Amino acid sequence: MIPKGTYVEIEKIVLFPDERASHIPLDTKKLPLVMRIKGFLSEDSLEGQEVNILTVTKRLEKGKLVAVKPFYSHTFGHFVDEVMEVRLHILKEMEDYHE
Amino acid sequence: MSKYQDVMNKKSLIMKNALRLDYDKFENEGIGFDYEMMMSDSGYTLDDVFNIQQSFSVGHTPLIELNHLTSYARKFAREGYGARIFIKDEAQNISGSFKARRAAMAIHQAKKLGFKGVIAATSGNYGAAVAALAAKVGLKCIIVQECFDSKGVGQPEIIEKARACEAYGAEVVQLSVGPELFYEFLNLLEETQYFNASLYSPYGIMGIETLGAEIAEECLLKYGKYPEMVICTNAGGGNLTGTARGLIKHGAHKTKIVAASVDLSGLHMASDHDFNKKSFTTGHTGFGIPFTTFPDRSDVPRSAGRPLRYLDEYVLVNQGSVFYVTEALAILEGMERGPAGNTALAAAFSIAKTLKEDDIIVVQETEYTGAGKHMNAQISFAKENGIDILFGNPLDEIPGKNIIFPKSGKDLVHKTLDLMDLRLSYLKRYKDTVLTENDFAYLSQELKTDVKHIKKWMEDINETKK
Repeated sequence: MIPKGTYVEIEKIVLFPDERASHIPLDTKKLPLVMRIKGFLSEDSLEGQEVNILTVTKRLEKGKLVAVKPFYSHTFGHFVDEVMEVRLHILKEMEDYHE
Repeated sequence: MSKYQDVMNKKSLIMKNALRLDYDKFENEGIGFDYEMMMSDSGYTLDDVFNIQQSFSVGHTPLIELNHLTSYARKFAREGYGARIFIKDEAQNISGSFKARRAAMAIHQAKKLGFKGVIAATSGNYGAAVAALAAKVGLKCIIVQECFDSKGVGQPEIIEKARACEAYGAEVVQLSVGPELFYEFLNLLEETQYFNASLYSPYGIMGIETLGAEIAEECLLKYGKYPEMVICTNAGGGNLTGTARGLIKHGAHKTKIVAASVDLSGLHMASDHDFNKKSFTTGHTGFGIPFTTFPDRSDVPRSAGRPLRYLDEYVLVNQGSVFYVTEALAILEGMERGPAGNTALAAAFSIAKTLKEDDIIVVQETEYTGAGKHMNAQISFAKENGIDILFGNPLDEIPGKNIIFPKSGKDLVHKTLDLMDLRLSYLKRYKDTVLTENDFAYLSQELKTDVKHIKKWMEDINETKK
């Protein structure tokens, strides 16, 4: 059970495929337009349930609970050999400035 | 009627309430409107804009001469060539980009008109700028982003921008791929009655005029002349428009205004499949070309960003070249900055080789970097998405398939677009319209071209149609 007041992320469908704009590429048009938004749970709930949340601007939103206490995990990426190669190229071409 | 169409039909009313600006009064009969009247309607002078930005601690960023990068470019230039490259370090603004200048004006206006909050539709640095300044004056803030594809994978750069917005207390509404972001944006404006902090309102553009004016002022004072060229990374057109207007207001009429975009030809911006195949989420042709040839596609009835009125040249660089120059900026100049903001710098490095060594080229922005919006994060993400990372001729790069780094500073080259093609593309919208003399006069201003030529082009367009 996830208690009321917990900071969570929900997902909801804004437009179903047949409700989408007419002028978009086919690969996009066959998909729903999905929204993700965070806020505080309005009542005790379970993950995957339809829930209500209160967002930080105090708006009510309704959707499927997809994450509890969501956090960021984006990074600087893995080591990329080619980036090191670029660096070495530049330093080599400018080695007269690095004596 | 579908709920999508229902909301879209209310667009002008929602917009009017959300900006308290009646665009109808600027409309002329026919196709045109009075652009200068719209830009001066708020009554703010350039000095007022400076003062408002000052109150937010925005602007007056350093203009830095990139001596080593200039020396690097000169290695590949003829004797006596290799212009001096300068960069306006806009990353030093509050929230880390020049977008703070635009946000300052929007937030000032929202506060002045008594709104309780602001909303902006942006996946870029503008979100963080609006969020930061809204926090500073106690306004609520909602940022609407196009963020993830149908697999739920978010573009790292956009995820970082969401994080920044939330750090400043904003609510972030993240959407999957598609232009109907605008539909949700209208829904939110109607529901909350917040101010539309549009990038394309007159406030959004006048906020950048100070950037152009600062460049003009500093060059004149320190170097005794206006710069020969200012290069702007171009997406929605506002950056270039505001900068050019600021330069002109200061008197720099002869400075050449160059737009630079990352070449993402072939990738469809509204395609779910293509969404995570690109390594740049802004400053690219996917925004740059359509907004240049049809500025009024924006989120306001009449965009204040109108690049064809100002630009003298439009150049493209590939993704690999922008990453290359981003690395060079870090290791030769000690400036680690975000890659997208360095689009114009890549163009400057290439163009500098063709200009005289006394000439001054100013790159008018940098942006902050960090997890997600770092070049290494983007290149690593590209690899995960099956993009080949190669060395070779940058102009051979196929967006969505590979990223090609130049093998040497010598090979970092740009490609020039034919302005005529852009102007024709703009005009094609009017192929079925009967144009009056007033319309031609308007088009002449829009395209910075005399009426005689425009009439001839329209004849050619109609001829092809037959």
